[in-house]
Amino acid sequence: MQCPKCHAPMHTYNRSGVQIEQCSGCRGIFLDYGELEALTRLESQWTQAAPPPAAPQAYPAAPAPAWGAPHQGHHGHHGHGHRRGFGHLLFSS
Amino acid sequence: MTLWPYGRPVSPDRPEDAPWEAAGHLLARLHRLRPAGLPGPLPVMRGPAKAARAVARLLAAAPGTPAAAVILRAWAGLPAWARDEAPMPRTDIVCHGDMHLGQLVRYPAPDGPWLLIDVDDLGVGEPAWDLARPAAWYATGLVGEAEWSRFLAAYRAAGGPAVRPGGDPWPELDAPARALTVQSAATGVAKAAAAGRELDGAEEAMVDACARIARLGVPVVG
Repeated sequence: MQCPKCHAPMHTYNRSGVQIEQCSGCRGIFLDYGELEALTRLESQWTQAAPPPAAPQAYPAAPAPAWGAPHQGHHGHHGHGHRRGFGHLLFSS
Repeated sequence: MTLWPYGRPVSPDRPEDAPWEAAGHLLARLHRLRPAGLPGPLPVMRGPAKAARAVARLLAAAPGTPAAAVILRAWAGLPAWARDEAPMPRTDIVCHGDMHLGQLVRYPAPDGPWLLIDVDDLGVGEPAWDLARPAAWYATGLVGEAEWSRFLAAYRAAGGPAVRPGGDPWPELDAPARALTVQSAATGVAKAAAAGRELDGAEEAMVDACARIARLGVPVVG
């Protein structure tokens, strides 16, 4: 479709299931019937679902040597378990 | 030949269920034994000798390979005692010498207390060696931070003398953990070469760690 204001072509975008037309010229946005309400509803859900504060860690981050694997320390593989398929080395000299 | 009563080992499928607290506690108890109170004189703990033997095996099985080159560079940066080329810094502590999860059994099976078995390499020496294999597993990413922290906390709670009682234990652990990383990498590469197969993920992780150690290139003080 063409922009009702400047007649440049409109492009359709999908945002969280809501169709939005935006003008490629003046950047104006065109909403169909009910779409503004849908966006407002999505916005209120978004603010309600604010992430909970981070739970305190069971252990402070354990020190690791300078030659440790890159995923050590603060970059992951925290917490439990071991790398799959690596178990055999834990049982051998 | 020695005969042992049957105990229930750690399940190889579930290292995450391994008795990390018991392992730390048992090692601390061993390290707190007074050598003078034992029935006879003990030999020197054989950990560094076994690391040197693994490097010799690597040189025989896979000389000139890129993996061997980084493993040898990591080895060269170790203090002489960790390469079995000088006496250990201390020989006042009874050490296990070959600590891994296969050395823990419940006796009487299936629910008895955990015991530490296999005294083949036991002797007096540097107690950090016994903590260094779990430390190397943690450093290379084979076990998680939680498991390592549980093991170390249990060792410290039981008064183990190998590391300072609180704070960063790596000044004590670094050299032996590097040595055991080299030993694991060397053994893995030698085994893979002998079998004509590629390295598996765990062996690869150990060789990668040796490459990072080699890049540091700073000889460890100790």
